[in-house]
Amino acid sequence: MSMTEPAAALTVRNLRVGFRADPVVRGVSFEIARGECLAIVGESGSGKSVTARSLLGLAGANARVSADRLELAGRNVLGLTDRAWRARRGKDVGLVLQDALVSLDPLRPIGREIADSLRLHTTLGAAARARRVLELLDAVGLPDPARQVQKLSGQLSGGERQRALIAAAIALDPPLLIADEPTTALDVTVQAQILALLEQITRAGTAVLLISHDLAVVSRIADRVAVMHDGLLVETGSSRQVLGSPRREQTRRMVAAIPADKPRGTRLSLTLRAADAPSPPRVPIPSAVPPASTAVLEAIGLSRSFRRPDGSRHLAVDDVSFALQRGTTLGIVGESGSGKTTTARLLLALLAPERGEVRVFGEPWSAASEKTRRGLRPSVGAIYQDALGSFDPRWSVAEILTDALGLLQRRRAPLTTARLVTLLDEVGLAAAVLPRRPLELSGGQRQRVGIARALAARPEILICDEPVSSLDVSVQAQVLDLLDDLQRERGLSLIFISHDLGVVQHVSDEIAVMRAGCLVESGPAARVFAAPQHPYSMQLLAAVPRLSA
Amino acid sequence: MSDLEVQAELSDRAARSSQPGRPRRIGAAEGVAGVLALFLVVAAAWPQLLAPGDPLGIDPLSAFQPPTLAHGFGTDESGRDIYTRILHGTQYSLLIGAAATAIGLGLGIVLGTLAGMLGRVVDFTVNRFLEVLFAFPGLLLALLIIVIYGPGVVTATIAVGLSTAPGYARIIRAQLISVRSTAFVEAATVLGRTRWQILLRHILPNTLAPLFVLATLGIGQAIVWAATLSYLGLGAEPPTAEWGAMLSAGRTYITSAWWMSFFPGLFIVLTIVTATVLGRSIDRRMRHA
Repeated sequence: MSMTEPAAALTVRNLRVGFRADPVVRGVSFEIARGECLAIVGESGSGKSVTARSLLGLAGANARVSADRLELAGRNVLGLTDRAWRARRGKDVGLVLQDALVSLDPLRPIGREIADSLRLHTTLGAAARARRVLELLDAVGLPDPARQVQKLSGQLSGGERQRALIAAAIALDPPLLIADEPTTALDVTVQAQILALLEQITRAGTAVLLISHDLAVVSRIADRVAVMHDGLLVETGSSRQVLGSPRREQTRRMVAAIPADKPRGTRLSLTLRAADAPSPPRVPIPSAVPPASTAVLEAIGLSRSFRRPDGSRHLAVDDVSFALQRGTTLGIVGESGSGKTTTARLLLALLAPERGEVRVFGEPWSAASEKTRRGLRPSVGAIYQDALGSFDPRWSVAEILTDALGLLQRRRAPLTTARLVTLLDEVGLAAAVLPRRPLELSGGQRQRVGIARALAARPEILICDEPVSSLDVSVQAQVLDLLDDLQRERGLSLIFISHDLGVVQHVSDEIAVMRAGCLVESGPAARVFAAPQHPYSMQLLAAVPRLSA
Repeated sequence: MSDLEVQAELSDRAARSSQPGRPRRIGAAEGVAGVLALFLVVAAAWPQLLAPGDPLGIDPLSAFQPPTLAHGFGTDESGRDIYTRILHGTQYSLLIGAAATAIGLGLGIVLGTLAGMLGRVVDFTVNRFLEVLFAFPGLLLALLIIVIYGPGVVTATIAVGLSTAPGYARIIRAQLISVRSTAFVEAATVLGRTRWQILLRHILPNTLAPLFVLATLGIGQAIVWAATLSYLGLGAEPPTAEWGAMLSAGRTYITSAWWMSFFPGLFIVLTIVTATVLGRSIDRRMRHA
């Protein structure tokens, strides 16, 4: 990258952003040339989103933004008034956000939404605008644009919404496109398509700034990667260099956290001690539990349907059978709408199957009455995707865990506290979290409390429904390692449900692939990943973000 | 993550979360409302402390006196001191407001919980019953009850309570249904808790906590209604020092003796504003707690 070339789409020199006394971005410098894709990668709270927003003048009213240079397409944009910014946004820089459902007006057709920027910034007439909108929708690969322009954002799928949002962002052909976690909420196959679209936009000559917490995702399309940590860019370089031979400890930790292609038992989270080590210790830990032949949990021909608003039935789970062997992990993978969560609810007997049954330790489970089941309930624990929502909002961590231990809250004896501390210790939390409410904890801490609650009743089976999907990759690595440790220490049998094939590959002994309510393929993880039989499994596998050399 | 790191992150978060958005300090409006509420409670409990006179003592010679040093709020047509009467009337207003809200809320909890917990048939029945009650404007329903049982403070209280109950019942039912389907109720089921344990430990507390705020706001409304009934001559009987009744008595002389209606009206307004401001401030605090 040459420093003086005026063709740079964006030049940032020593950018600082602070809120009140807190500096969030502490002197960041980078530039992006036309036709180049730079990815800023960091954990939540590293300041990457604030950086992106500052480039659009959207850092917020109480933010203090300063920089030595901040130039969009060669023109200074530091200290612009709101009015001047409005003239620039859309024209000089476009923005694509993570959640297209929230970013698009739910009551306006997407065609009108996309035409907005054309109406505000160009002199095109209505007919010309309509033509341009169709061109744009076609360019972002939305099938049948003429019909789609009339749709509301709620009538589109996640991937279609994200495409519409990208179409709106590139409507005025801005030299710079900023995409803040553009694929985080999407299924892997859709994610791959959106990344391909962004790559195509880059090749067409637009500079793209990609913001993400997931190194594997950005490595696919980014020319250069900048790793952000605590408000600073700690490492910048070509994707190959940063991912292949990371120099900084923070980067190494992020690289190690990517679960795909790491054998089962490999530790994903590097401890602080590894900071000085030349390379991350990736020792596969042999599974301590010998594979036994006893099934602890069996699903036999499970089916369940729901009534749609128009009265027709939607078959959410269709004749699904599998067995979970003692001490092993069964990974269930599928995209949104494949019936994974319904399966989890059936396994937890929160929902009764219409046909088939679930057996636990060979005993009837789904067919038993709730009263009989209650005696067995402690043996079957659950971990949820939305840990926060699974806690009573009025309760502190101490209350949640005391309740889970089956102890009365009124008699909070020192003995109870000792047990709570032991429990927290097992999931790697300090006793200091006890008086806090889950709302005050970070995402990773909440999930640890969720795991601690599940462990309190000493279960033998744990059903984990997307336990790491809402976590950063590095926090995800810690939680996956924790589950792995606990499984080995306690001989737990795990059902691990996820849309992320990389994660499932890392944790599972057996794998079941679900699609549209059906089990399309199942078998030993190694076999399914090495030689997938079903075309859908192959498609899923191809879409997994991994660090390709 | 090491313990040290966890702790660091934790204290960091605690420091951040205690800064913005969390109203710890008491605002000017809340302060004034707090002082007023204290004053009203003292006036209701020990009116003699603040107004040693007799609220019913007639003194025809000093009738219709405008506010002076001797009579801060003036006197009425029988020469009674309006300040004394207003302070002695506080207990009626507060008592009616609190009792009526308690009746409405109690009935609302029972009806709402029945509708929300006991399945479709009960839900359907209770809902139709509530709809019938809703069909009457609240005050009209209260009037109906008074027509049947005759005017008086107790009847007025019950009437106001009954006519606010459907609103509370509706809110409780809706809240209950939304809490019933939350993830933490499911989590409790997975832990093997019984229906009763879940109802008592999770569903009811989470349903009723937001209602507490609503009830504070409801007290203000109940006071207006009670005063309205008295004003119409259907609540407290005329010589009683009740604000609505005083307002009604002053109506005849509003052109010559404005103070007779102004001060009771002012106190009605102040009481309601106080209840509303306190209700909202509790609401905000609970939301951020």
